[in-house]
Amino acid sequence: MTDTAPRELPLQELGEVVIRFAGDSGDGMQLTGDQFTSISAALGNDLATLPEFPAEIRAPQGTLAGVSAFQVRISDFAITTPGDAPTVLVAMNPAALKAQLHNVVQGGSIIINSDAFNERNLEKAGYESNPLEDGTLDGYRSYPVAMSQITRDAVAVHGVKPRDAERSKNFFALGLISWMYTRPVEPTIEFINTKFRGRDQVIQANEAAFQAGYNFGETAELFESHYEIKPAPLPSGEYTNVTGNTALAWGCVAAGHLARLPIFLGSYPITPASDILHDLSALKHFGVRTFQAEDEIAAAASAVGAAFGGALSFTTTSGPGIALKGEALGLAVSLELPMVVIDIQRGGPSTGLPTKPEQADLMMAMYGRHSESPMPIVAPRSPADCFDAAIEACRIALRYRTPVMLLSDGYLATSSEPWLLPDVDTLPDIGVDFHTGFNGTNEDGEGIFLPYLRDPETLARPWAIPGTPDLMHRIGGIEKEDETGNISYDPDNHQKMVNLRAAKIDAVDVPDAEIAGDADASFCMLGWGSTWGAMDAAVARLQLAGHKVAHVHLRHLNPLPKNLGEVLGQFERVICPEMNDGQLVNLVRAKYLLDVKAVNKMNGVPFTTAEIEAAALDAIEAP
Amino acid sequence: MTDTPMRTEPADWATDQEVRWCPGCGDYSILTAMRMLMPELEVDREKTVFISGIGCAARFPYYMNTYGMHGIHGRAPAIATGLAMARPDLDIWVIGGDGDMMSIGGNHLIHALRRNVNINVLLFNNMIYGLTKGQFSPTSEVGKITKSSPMGSLDAPFNPVSVALGAEASFVARTHDMDRQHMMEMFRRAHAHKGAAIVEVFQNCNVFNDGAFEEITKKANRDANLISLEHGDPIRFGVDSEFGVVVEGGVAKVVSVADVGESALLVHDEGKADPSTAFMLSRLARGPFEPTPIGVFRAIHRIEYATSSTSQLAMANDEKGSGDLEALLRSRGTWQV
Repeated sequence: MTDTAPRELPLQELGEVVIRFAGDSGDGMQLTGDQFTSISAALGNDLATLPEFPAEIRAPQGTLAGVSAFQVRISDFAITTPGDAPTVLVAMNPAALKAQLHNVVQGGSIIINSDAFNERNLEKAGYESNPLEDGTLDGYRSYPVAMSQITRDAVAVHGVKPRDAERSKNFFALGLISWMYTRPVEPTIEFINTKFRGRDQVIQANEAAFQAGYNFGETAELFESHYEIKPAPLPSGEYTNVTGNTALAWGCVAAGHLARLPIFLGSYPITPASDILHDLSALKHFGVRTFQAEDEIAAAASAVGAAFGGALSFTTTSGPGIALKGEALGLAVSLELPMVVIDIQRGGPSTGLPTKPEQADLMMAMYGRHSESPMPIVAPRSPADCFDAAIEACRIALRYRTPVMLLSDGYLATSSEPWLLPDVDTLPDIGVDFHTGFNGTNEDGEGIFLPYLRDPETLARPWAIPGTPDLMHRIGGIEKEDETGNISYDPDNHQKMVNLRAAKIDAVDVPDAEIAGDADASFCMLGWGSTWGAMDAAVARLQLAGHKVAHVHLRHLNPLPKNLGEVLGQFERVICPEMNDGQLVNLVRAKYLLDVKAVNKMNGVPFTTAEIEAAALDAIEAP
Repeated sequence: MTDTPMRTEPADWATDQEVRWCPGCGDYSILTAMRMLMPELEVDREKTVFISGIGCAARFPYYMNTYGMHGIHGRAPAIATGLAMARPDLDIWVIGGDGDMMSIGGNHLIHALRRNVNINVLLFNNMIYGLTKGQFSPTSEVGKITKSSPMGSLDAPFNPVSVALGAEASFVARTHDMDRQHMMEMFRRAHAHKGAAIVEVFQNCNVFNDGAFEEITKKANRDANLISLEHGDPIRFGVDSEFGVVVEGGVAKVVSVADVGESALLVHDEGKADPSTAFMLSRLARGPFEPTPIGVFRAIHRIEYATSSTSQLAMANDEKGSGDLEALLRSRGTWQV
């Protein structure tokens, strides 16, 4: 028996902790992790999250395939990744332990729902003996807790049926972890009351389970201490915690606001992009029209139609959808209409790994349309950066009247980080004017409209939308005569139009590449997209170890920054970590004839800082 | 400024582009009917948009002095859906052939129809692929000998009117390229209809499928083989109106009026909420070689898609107030550092 009075446990200060909540996909691990993240954010910690869930909604209960996990790293210093490996694992059943244990650092803490370790569950997880007893957990600090039983007891007084009672056990775990890391109770109680409003019994049960978990930590003589993680010294201001997909959706809305245009989204549900469709569908009061199309093709085609009508048009998808949209994107290239295509990259080919990230659509974004069909490409580097990247993609689309590809991935999509909110008034004005008057004359000296007469600076054609008097014109996918836009099969004209379309995209005003880290280093890491966090952290570690390292991270993949060849050329050695088989490496080698070395990873898991660090050391130390 | 559209002549609706269909193509008469109709509709050219896919018919937008887009094969209904949602103020016509709309774009067509997007779809059915030089199409009869089916095609054909009714289109009509007045009337009705309207136009391809509709559309054959559907009238046809249509056992059939008496005939009701009777009528002819109905099969009121979308926007605005970006960025909770 334990004392009923709270014990005075030592409070230890920690710089950071990486906690991984793991359970069955029906166990509410994402909710638990999300809430722990919110409380920690409010305490001023820096943080980064990494959810991981199976592609199946409810894989067979208790099996390895059904394990859902949520990793969160909180710290008292600035961080850019959710951590290479958890120092604390919360395992709600044997499958979660089996699937996740190998990730945990040696000596890490394993908090286990011991009630779930019965014969049936052990068998489903493929354990031949009980890992709580057979030495599997040697080298870890393990804390078996009868979470199911204590939860059942705690909620029984509220008249909850035993069958439903156990569903609150994720709140027990959250309570326990909240105690361990000295998180306040009130925000979670408030959260429970908001989240389950109108379902009083559920509120009572979850509150009771949460309190029971918190009290258990305090009273059970199981833990040696509890911990405090002080706020991180982040730039001052107002913060929110945001996932990449939400930041993208908000970026789209902001772009509409900054361009003073109504927003149209044509989309077909696909993992891991659907959340953008969900978020935008709920923002109709911003003048956002969402269209859930019959297929990926119609989603893209409808966006082309809306762009013709003068909307700021989007289509969102993942790799398999881009494969289907290629034809409509080619049309948009030919019509020279503004639209933004958002690709949340996932593992492939074909259905591949729907819930796991990859960066292997770069070549498809560059070349995945028939013939010469150039399209600017923009890639965000962190969840919050998705907001700015969306605005930048829209800016290019509008200014140059071109479809633009935004390449995010499944890692950025679902992971989150604190975001210092921008001052909306300082965001760029990306508006362009619709064309409203004649821009040429015919032989009789009468005013006419030439839909393909280009702006001499940007090479963009005029955007004259239906409803504009006198400017009636026809555009189409057939090759058009320069200036008039009339059908033309003339060989010289086609050559000219191919050149013009290429020149327009080549001349997109992309900012110069900047060097992070040591500009005078002889070694440089080149990256793009979501590898930024791990690469940035690796640079810091390498510098601490006395190495000089430069880091160039690309936001614009097409066109590449004008100074990139020169910048990369100044280093003796350049490596390029990518979650693909060397796609940016191929582009850079071909364009600049530089011997950039590929560092590739395609197992559906983002690079860890340690992996990047090791690859960098290999390159630095190579003879 | 006034909202009254400018008065126009058919010539105002023509572009300076040379029309490049084969001489004798049925598309010419459809184009003429459209250009003649436009001034009557009292609409503005700049508020009118023609969207097409790919195929001979799909060149149509280049010949109309309006806004226009020659899109990609089969996708015109999807492109038009996006435009109709972004711009509910426009008059949008979608033009395509049987390959464009029934084959590669079949999916988009049925979905645009079921959603009731405010577009007027003209399906030029010539029962053959023209622009790719004469392969069988999804409306070609079984056994069609073409370059891609030297031993005869194996595919059972679609009946576009049946397909449209199956998709519960709110307006479905059929006409043919040999009768300008009838075409104009069907186009006029389609234009007046709020929601998705589809008109199948039997169109002769004089190069690859000449005479496909001759047995029913040639002047001498029309009385005997065209059944003109008139709302509220018993369905009768024949040189001396001696034939009629009855429904028996869930099937529409041709009968001799003398045998059954006029009172037994089916009275055409294009406004019937249930599409079953219209569907039975669409199954009356097995092909354009026996008595075939033309006219409006179905015209019912159903709320139009963009109108619904606009109401949701207005409702969201009423409930939540006009979108405030600052508030949006703070909607998931914030903290101060």
